[in-house]
Amino acid sequence: MDRPIRVLVSKPGLDGHDRGAKVIARALRDAGMEVIYTGLRQTPEQITNAAIQEDVDCVAVSILSGAHGTLIPKIAELLRKEGADDVLLVAGGVIPQEDIPFLKEHGVAEVFTPGTPTDVTIQFIRNNIKR
Amino acid sequence: MYEKEKIDALKAKVNAYNEKTEASLAKRPERYKVFETGSGEPVNRLYTPVDVEGLNYETDLGIPGQFPYTRGVQPTMYRGQLWTMRMYAGFATAEESNKRYKFLVEQGSSGLSVAFDLPTQIGYDSDHSLSEGEVGKVGVAIDSLADMEILFDGIPLDKVSTSMTINAPASVLLAMYIAVGEKQGVSAEKLRGTIQNDILKEYIARGTYIFPTDPSMRLITDIFEFCSKEVPQWNTISISGYHIREAGSTAAQEVGFTLADGIAYVEAAIKAGLDVDSFAPRLSFFFNAHNDLLEEVAKFRAARRLWAKIMKDRFGAKDPKSMALKFHTQTGGSTLTAQQPDNNIVRVAIQTLAAVLGGTQSLHTNSKDEALALPTEASVQVALRTQQIVGYESGVTNTVDPLAGSYYIEAKTSEIEEQAMAYIRKIDELGGAPRAIDLGYIQQEIMDASYKYQKEVESSQRIVVGMNKYQVEEAAPQGLLRVDLSVGENQKARLAELRAKRDNAAVEATLAALKTACEGTENVMPFILDAVRVYATLGEICGVMREVFGEYQQSVNL
Amino acid sequence: MELAERLLMGDRRAAARLISMMENKDPEAQEIMRQLYSQSGKAYVIGITGPPGAGKSTLTDKLVKHVRKTGAKVGVIAVDPTSPFTGGAILGDRVRMSDLATDPGVFVRSMGARGHLGGISEATSAAVKILDIYGAEYIFIETVGVGQSEVDIVKNSDTTVMVSVPGLGDDIQAIKAGVMEIGDVFAVNKADRDGANRTAREIEMMLDFSHADWRPPVKMVVAVDSKGIEELFAAIEDHRHYMMEDGKFMLRRAENARNELLEMVKSRIVEQLLNHDVKAERVEQLAMDVATRVVDPLTAAEELIQSVL
Repeated sequence: MDRPIRVLVSKPGLDGHDRGAKVIARALRDAGMEVIYTGLRQTPEQITNAAIQEDVDCVAVSILSGAHGTLIPKIAELLRKEGADDVLLVAGGVIPQEDIPFLKEHGVAEVFTPGTPTDVTIQFIRNNIKR
Repeated sequence: MYEKEKIDALKAKVNAYNEKTEASLAKRPERYKVFETGSGEPVNRLYTPVDVEGLNYETDLGIPGQFPYTRGVQPTMYRGQLWTMRMYAGFATAEESNKRYKFLVEQGSSGLSVAFDLPTQIGYDSDHSLSEGEVGKVGVAIDSLADMEILFDGIPLDKVSTSMTINAPASVLLAMYIAVGEKQGVSAEKLRGTIQNDILKEYIARGTYIFPTDPSMRLITDIFEFCSKEVPQWNTISISGYHIREAGSTAAQEVGFTLADGIAYVEAAIKAGLDVDSFAPRLSFFFNAHNDLLEEVAKFRAARRLWAKIMKDRFGAKDPKSMALKFHTQTGGSTLTAQQPDNNIVRVAIQTLAAVLGGTQSLHTNSKDEALALPTEASVQVALRTQQIVGYESGVTNTVDPLAGSYYIEAKTSEIEEQAMAYIRKIDELGGAPRAIDLGYIQQEIMDASYKYQKEVESSQRIVVGMNKYQVEEAAPQGLLRVDLSVGENQKARLAELRAKRDNAAVEATLAALKTACEGTENVMPFILDAVRVYATLGEICGVMREVFGEYQQSVNL
Repeated sequence: MELAERLLMGDRRAAARLISMMENKDPEAQEIMRQLYSQSGKAYVIGITGPPGAGKSTLTDKLVKHVRKTGAKVGVIAVDPTSPFTGGAILGDRVRMSDLATDPGVFVRSMGARGHLGGISEATSAAVKILDIYGAEYIFIETVGVGQSEVDIVKNSDTTVMVSVPGLGDDIQAIKAGVMEIGDVFAVNKADRDGANRTAREIEMMLDFSHADWRPPVKMVVAVDSKGIEELFAAIEDHRHYMMEDGKFMLRRAENARNELLEMVKSRIVEQLLNHDVKAERVEQLAMDVATRVVDPLTAAEELIQSVL
């Protein structure tokens, strides 16, 4: 049976700029996905628990404050601890190129930097979800 | 402004011109079917006196420095002095930011503008669990007066004007600034500067709120009242359209929603018993400058004219200073591209022209690398030089409001004013800005505009050079500014030391007094000042207020 | 370990996965739920409904926090039955329940309509059973609006709370028009606003027309400030105690089960028609024939029913 892909869209940390998160939420919805939006100021624990309860295929986090190096690997680690490492983790926002290898080593499948068309993100999620 | 018969004759000519052009479009097509501004508003082929038929020079434009201030708030504008070149800066520790400020002052920056890190903006100390990874990242970390003393070390507060981008805890940071002044021997009445203090746009677009609407509005009116008596040269609020625009609004929405927020603050202050002319002259605004040069110039002019009318007609202000809309401008961060970052220098130059031709009082120019990270010193210097070149070399500062009288500019000014007014009417119908925010109306309108824009860029209906056209393969940019994680650790250590050596009994006593004040109706400013002076931390002070006021819950608007 | 066993042991990933599988009409999950059905029925199910903007998610958040003081495990199902034609959805109810995400005793699940057959009420009902077996003692079902599908959804509950707010005059009319009778308890949220007393009076007046045994109480709350939550929950518990007298509770559950059964039968019949190529084609043909007056709808419907029986 054809089932919609479920994606958790979240803003980790204290950063309040949610334009990108909301745009991507709408774009994923328009691509037929079921988006669970958690809003601002989410801790890695909150994001992980939500991802598990919602049984999502993908967690998409948006972060522009520069705290990505601390917060995103923590989400990956918590997901792994919960045995939910089949959840695809992607990130977007103001993330310098040179930080991307570090994030990828720490459980992030892909990083979408400013200017990435939403289609690229949509296709990446479609092609890489693990079930 | 024109005789009826002449206008009629002209109308016929213009119609003929348009018909003729349309007829030959098959042979000589135009580049687009519909030409649009940066905000997606249609633009005519030609503007003539017909488009400004209803304009009345006396009442709609007037003399610079006079009602309705369309042509500017000062009589001679930049012939007297240029705008304040105010570069927003701050990162890592107070020491590092202090160095950057001294650099900027040496380079000719005429005002300081402090960026705080997110924990500071949301009222958490650096050792709070939610501060992890955020300390010193987007601005400087300030936990207590001790940090503030270092931040302004060697900078005489009676000589500079300081703008602080701080909202929910604005009262606390202002109190710290006053306390630093005291230590330098500068009395509060000599302090000049601005606190952003605009909570409504935090709910709408920027997200660094703490308390619910009612107590937040009370804190703001407490500041208005306190400053009108104790810090008379301080701009008590900077009502901000900047972040509304960054969130994806159109130019007309930027004006409409910002002025609607302004109306809410004026109403709250009047309701709190203040006379409109006692605080309104200290209200200031903060707008964005985007790439559509002419639309932006019209926007600034429209905002001035509309606010003047609102203050005079709606609130019965008598003091001309209450009617004059003064504003700071920042070039549009969201217009910068991560691709080919050098191109951003050109964008910022156009936006600088827009702000200056629009009559700004102060300006921050973004640096080319801000779509990637915090700016380096070198790129900040280019951004500042851009302002200086426009100021000293371009010639646009030689006369007041040089674009006035352009048929397009005047037609556009009136159009934006009307559209903004329509938004204000709609918000009034919903019960005012706080209610409209609560209902998600404003956020929804912005989101719709933002999503439309995104789709236009992705379908290449809208060209962004270097991003969806004229792309090149590029290497990852080098030499970006990085804030070390040790900043957070050092800040924590400093905080522990402070907590050990300060007079903790005094801290507790002042915090208890503050709590009582929060629960009552007294002005809280003096109590915050007392707590700050004995080195109570920002997190402790905001903690007391969180306990009494509770926390804001964002509304869901997608 | 099998999903069923893990669910029985209170494994939240198993619960989460089973809800998805039931949403997707996965046969394996359906088989598990057949086996485990007898294990469900212990949780007390509370429906929260009311017009958009009434503050239902915030109210639910506060009620859950109140219940959590007793230590009871709680499940929350936030349902958005609106279905955009793309089939996608943005479910935003968690935004107002952020704190619950770190409480290990709370399980929150968002559900969208997906526009599929059988509708969301069947999926909601399955989720209730799964969270029940998972160990939730209270389950809150919260809906975004008060349309017909919301009414169907809250029919899964033992006590239904109808939330209203002052200043939504037209919505009161809407409530009056159709769904008033499903409220067992009424909450006037944002009661610190002008007009709250009037809203409460209007509800009371409407309740005056009913002569049922149970007179639904009307409670004033300010959910954002956690005011009136204790009293509201006490009213819910009052209704629960009332229901427990003389077998009313089982009658209600039987009534709920009856609705569920009939809905399932209806959707199964439609599914059998539409998932079968020849029959589905016949549906299209008959629809055209009805439209062109070749055949009348009664005859056409009878033919279709015969074809699946």
